[in-house]
Amino acid sequence: MAEIEALIKALSGHGVDEKTVISILGNSQPEHRQAFRKEGGFFAEDERRFERWNDHHVKLLKHEFMRFKNAVVLWAMHPWERDARLIKEALKKGPNSNSVIVEIASTRSSDELLGARKAYHSLFEHSIEEDVASHIHGKEKKLLVALVSAYRYEGPKIKEDVAKSEAKALISAVKNAEKQNPIENDEVVRILSTRSKPHLKSVFKHYKEIAGQHFEDELDVHLILQAAVQCLITPQSYFSRVLDEAMRDGADKNTKKGLTRVLVTRADVDIRAISDDYRNHYAIPLADKIEAKAKGSYKEFLLTLMARGS
Amino acid sequence: MSTLTVPAQVPSVTEDCEQLRKAFEGWGTNEQLIISILAHRNAAQRKLIRQTYADTYGEDLLKSLDKELTNDFERVVMLWTLDPAERDAFLANEATKRWTSSNQVLMEIACTRSSKQLLEARQAYHARFKKSLEEDVGYHTNGDFRKLLLPLVTAYRYEGDEVNITLAKSEAKILHEKISNKTYNDEDLIRILATRSKAQINATLNQYKNVYGNDIDQDLEADPKDEYLDLLRATVQCLVRPEHYFEKILRLAINKQGTDEGALTRVVTTRAEVDLKVIKDEYQRRNSVPLDRAVVKDTSGDYEKMLLALLGHGDA
Repeated sequence: MAEIEALIKALSGHGVDEKTVISILGNSQPEHRQAFRKEGGFFAEDERRFERWNDHHVKLLKHEFMRFKNAVVLWAMHPWERDARLIKEALKKGPNSNSVIVEIASTRSSDELLGARKAYHSLFEHSIEEDVASHIHGKEKKLLVALVSAYRYEGPKIKEDVAKSEAKALISAVKNAEKQNPIENDEVVRILSTRSKPHLKSVFKHYKEIAGQHFEDELDVHLILQAAVQCLITPQSYFSRVLDEAMRDGADKNTKKGLTRVLVTRADVDIRAISDDYRNHYAIPLADKIEAKAKGSYKEFLLTLMARGS
Repeated sequence: MSTLTVPAQVPSVTEDCEQLRKAFEGWGTNEQLIISILAHRNAAQRKLIRQTYADTYGEDLLKSLDKELTNDFERVVMLWTLDPAERDAFLANEATKRWTSSNQVLMEIACTRSSKQLLEARQAYHARFKKSLEEDVGYHTNGDFRKLLLPLVTAYRYEGDEVNITLAKSEAKILHEKISNKTYNDEDLIRILATRSKAQINATLNQYKNVYGNDIDQDLEADPKDEYLDLLRATVQCLVRPEHYFEKILRLAINKQGTDEGALTRVVTTRAEVDLKVIKDEYQRRNSVPLDRAVVKDTSGDYEKMLLALLGHGDA
């Protein structure tokens, strides 16, 4: 029975522990497999008296086996193609994946986002903005279209007085939240989608000084709007949060994908900083968490990405 | 098609620079010499001349031009000498400033350039003004104008010929509905014009005409005094019939009491290497007089000569 438990464990989580599956299942006799079918929870008793694979579980297993392959394919991809495909996939998946679009639009450099737009033309024969504008319908639409269209200036220059007055505009939008959701407010969208990142850091610094609390702590702020602000000014915190959510027990299919996405897209950029932020926030090193939650080749692949050059 | 004429045997860059330097020396300026060189070099050649001039004489050619030339002639030579991307960035920036503000120029640049050219203009904008084009447009425009202009200047349209007729039909329907309801600032209406590829928009407008009988232009004529509607109509024109749009700008500039040199200079310098020939043909067709002749009648001196040179008048 310990073997069945070990087998179930090897097939649950992120990825599959291939070695354990091979050694237990590969070495099993028919009666062992029957016991597994009866105990595992992956099967159900069919009316015609045989233990039948639960279709849903087969699908889940398929995803878990594919996790490694998907990570490899995503990793080898040109960053432009990668971001274009991630956006397309997010659009297909629906509103719950809108945060992925915000993530890509807001955490990439201006030229990286531009590259994604170019690749999108080649891959999908449409522009990102036309697809985002025509497939997204909720309150977030305005902001999302604007974010994917940005080509921000990347120099350090800031105008403090402008930053201050823009902080005030944001405060006013939040105060007015009952009349209009800030995420649809034209000034909010303009400021977040056109200003440079250094400028925005200053805007939110002034926000805290004048309003007395952080923008992210305001109650009436739409989650997507919060995510956008986080991505723009403190991307490492944003990413460590996505990672933590991905590895939580009971995380849904899309949330789980965050683990691959963040590791692969940030391994060459700021994974160390994200790792540090993770440890500060969640009291456990990121690598340790991945070691505990991920399995097999998938786990090894992720840990290898993280450990490169150290 | 371009109207620019470049001599079959182009002098070396060094020679061009020497001649230009000579043109600035002494009491006056040899404007004819400047025209004879700069007005007959393409963008790549002008860029090389500028670089070599700066290396040789330690000063930007544009600075020398600024010192020596004045008024309309200076502006046309300056704009012409700039690299197309820098030129667009310069014009766009000017269009966001209070005394020279122009929603029309912003729209014109956003809609008549190719995706690549608009992108290059945005890059040149970063380099020259240390800000993004969109942050300036966003900050200096408001209301319906901003709603329309921001997506237009940040667009990176797909440029293929593929067209989806079903989509064209459904979007023609949306356009018609919004226009019938007079909701000209509607999100969907703007979305279609600001994000779809030019080929797709063209197909949509054809469907519009097929199904509803009128050109969208006619249906957008509700209120002649409405500036926003004007801009919307011009946007549509720029996207699908830029030569008609530019012909109209030129016609208005020339027919205006006293001539609008700003518009005249802008159209000639920005289109000479693109489609000024087509615009000229359209001008002749519409006004029964060649554009060259209209320019001669309406302008004078070195300014006139420079325009004519860019229009392809006479020899290289």
